[in-house]
Amino acid sequence: METVWFMIIALMMAAYVVLDGFDFGAGILHLLVAKTDEERRTVLAAIGPFWDGNEVWLLAGGGILVFAFPRAYAAGFSGFYLPLTIVLWLLILRGVSIEFRSLEASTLWRSFWDGVFFLASSLMAIVLGAALGNVIRGVPLESDGYFSGPLFTNFGLSSHPGVLDWYTVLIGLLAFAMLAMHGALFLRLKTEGEVHRRATGLAGRLYVAVLALLVLATYASAMVQPKLLSGIGARPLAWVLALGVLASLIAIPTSLKRTNEAAPFFASCGLIVSLLAATATALFPTILSSTIDPAFDLNTGNAAAGALSLQVGVYWWIVAIALAIGYFVFLFRSFRGKVDIHHDYGH
Amino acid sequence: MDAVSWNRFQFGFLVTYHYLFPTLTMGLALLIFFMKLVAYKSGDERYDHAATFWAKIFGINFAVGVVTGIPLEFQFGTNWARFSNYAGGVIGLTLALEGLFAFFAESAFLGLFLYGKQKLSAKMHLFASFMVFLGSWLSGYFIIATNAFMQHPVGYRVGPRGLLLSDMWAYLLNPWAFWQYLHNMTSAVVAASFVVAAVGALYTLSDRHKEQARVFLKVGVVAGLISCILILFPTGDQNGKMVAEYQPAALAAMEGKYETSDKAELAIIGQPDSVNKRLDNPIIVPYVLSYLAYGSFGAKVKGMNDFPKDELPDNTELLYYGYHIMAGLGTIFIALMLTSATKLWRGTLETSRAWLWMLMLAFPFPFIAVTMGWMTVELGRQPWLVYGLLRTIHGTSPKVAGGSVAFTTLGFMGLYFVVGVLYLYLIHRQIAKGPIDFAQAHTIDEAGA
Repeated sequence: METVWFMIIALMMAAYVVLDGFDFGAGILHLLVAKTDEERRTVLAAIGPFWDGNEVWLLAGGGILVFAFPRAYAAGFSGFYLPLTIVLWLLILRGVSIEFRSLEASTLWRSFWDGVFFLASSLMAIVLGAALGNVIRGVPLESDGYFSGPLFTNFGLSSHPGVLDWYTVLIGLLAFAMLAMHGALFLRLKTEGEVHRRATGLAGRLYVAVLALLVLATYASAMVQPKLLSGIGARPLAWVLALGVLASLIAIPTSLKRTNEAAPFFASCGLIVSLLAATATALFPTILSSTIDPAFDLNTGNAAAGALSLQVGVYWWIVAIALAIGYFVFLFRSFRGKVDIHHDYGH
Repeated sequence: MDAVSWNRFQFGFLVTYHYLFPTLTMGLALLIFFMKLVAYKSGDERYDHAATFWAKIFGINFAVGVVTGIPLEFQFGTNWARFSNYAGGVIGLTLALEGLFAFFAESAFLGLFLYGKQKLSAKMHLFASFMVFLGSWLSGYFIIATNAFMQHPVGYRVGPRGLLLSDMWAYLLNPWAFWQYLHNMTSAVVAASFVVAAVGALYTLSDRHKEQARVFLKVGVVAGLISCILILFPTGDQNGKMVAEYQPAALAAMEGKYETSDKAELAIIGQPDSVNKRLDNPIIVPYVLSYLAYGSFGAKVKGMNDFPKDELPDNTELLYYGYHIMAGLGTIFIALMLTSATKLWRGTLETSRAWLWMLMLAFPFPFIAVTMGWMTVELGRQPWLVYGLLRTIHGTSPKVAGGSVAFTTLGFMGLYFVVGVLYLYLIHRQIAKGPIDFAQAHTIDEAGA
């Protein structure tokens, strides 16, 4: 049962990154792809009906983490105290900038929120990547099951690393490039005209950056966390997922050349999901590694909640996720096609 | 201030500030669905326009509710790690269910409701507004069930590493949750009704949007009267009886009662003096407390003097005032809405300018009453985090320094101040623009929620 919950959490986190990822990407790129006010409103209208629902996947994933692995939730959230608070401030600023920006006609007001939207989205992408980097590398968990990570030390690896070191920053940059590309592909799918043209151009260039950073990050990850390589080697599921990463990496540039606009975006979704799932499969059953002593690792065995909780939770989860998928399919279908801010939106 | 105090202050601040918004969200969700329903059934366009106007305000309010709500989900882990570790195996169930069942429905259908009027049929749009209502009210239940476990733990057993769920239905259907939920949800309807009526009064007094104002006054006053009565009886009454039964120390502090006695008196007004252990300048009604708490005029009510100090709430004064302000305001609300409803029925409400002024200025008070009610229940729970099982001082994160919490508290206060100012400005703008002008304002607003 613990294994099932490990998979559920990994899947929900992957769904979160795929979904909120495209609106982070839209935020990172909107100053570049949208120059006029009308174009910026097009970008916002493209993500408007979705961003709030996308963010809910983070909340639901967090709720499930408390429920299934309370010790991991307690250790992780208190250990990353300051970085997580900064995440919250960024999420607040981002949400406010999306919702408040177009409520006032003044150019200054709108430029201000455009800037906030860009900054908060960019930093969020980097912070999410760095968080994943921390999970892969491990944190200074002690025997009491808690840790306290300083924001940074000397940016080098040791048994007491900072939240930001060269490795986690590298993963942060990879996340930044990958979500920017993901956002570009989403905007390409949802828009027409200039925005569409610029998004297409940027997607191609970002792809090159993603490829370079991914090679670098894979090599670095294998060095930093030996469990990763041995885990991939030992588990056939990880091979399949690694193949999924390769297939997505090939599919993005080839499908970009064709007229089908959905294909590259879905390939990018596939890239994110298979990459995250492969990482989770390789690390299983560890949830948080200790850099001090492997005996202090939190894993599915020592961090899980009681058996009854996990048992009844599965039934609830199946019903809930079936409903949620239904809602989201309906939502995305209702707003399918290109965004047209002159006809579709507002009351 | 020690680390525990900083943590308590931070959580208190974040949850109090956040909860102002869901109060309006949950109440308005019901009223908007009701307006849409009337419009759909009767074809009365005024109700559809009213719903559209309130949906605009709802959208802004919802956004602030969401962004200020996310930190709370994190707080359990960041600031109260030992509590999460200890109780997460139980309370995690409702936190997870809230995300899975309530947030998904609410957020997906909110997108459809706010952006989809042109894309959906009238029936589907009505359904979307129903799902937003259902999602927000479900969310309320899961949070209240979580809180109810902290107030009155049931359905658990103590395991080697913390609490384990032993009976899911006992946990989900905690009797404390039932009454607290109904009390809390009616209070949200009270708040939303007062806001709707206040805007109706504002438009009537300033002689604008008369047709819409009539709808707002009618909906606000009728919903306001029903919810104001329900909040006292049976929901408020039952909440009081549960406190008396399960948290007698909290009851004594709420009532400012120091001496144990039977035929206990109810203090309407008075200032608790915790040094000399007496209530100064009291105005009392004999026998009533015994009756309200235990259903009999002769029942014995235990006073604060007879509880050990480490079982009494640590801020008995604030608890006393929280409860008295809530109960006092609730009583005034009933009088206000009863009179308004009589005037509405006689058809004199729109011409009673003095009374309209009262209705217009009354809207902040339900929010104060709601805040005071939550202060009562949360301060009354002290010194426990999970009543009888885990003390508040044992729930914090062991490796987070008080200074870090002070830093983030100040950061949140600054950020929330800015968000609050912007919120008031935007709501003001929306109300100033009014319900009719949105067709002309279309060009400015189309991309905003």
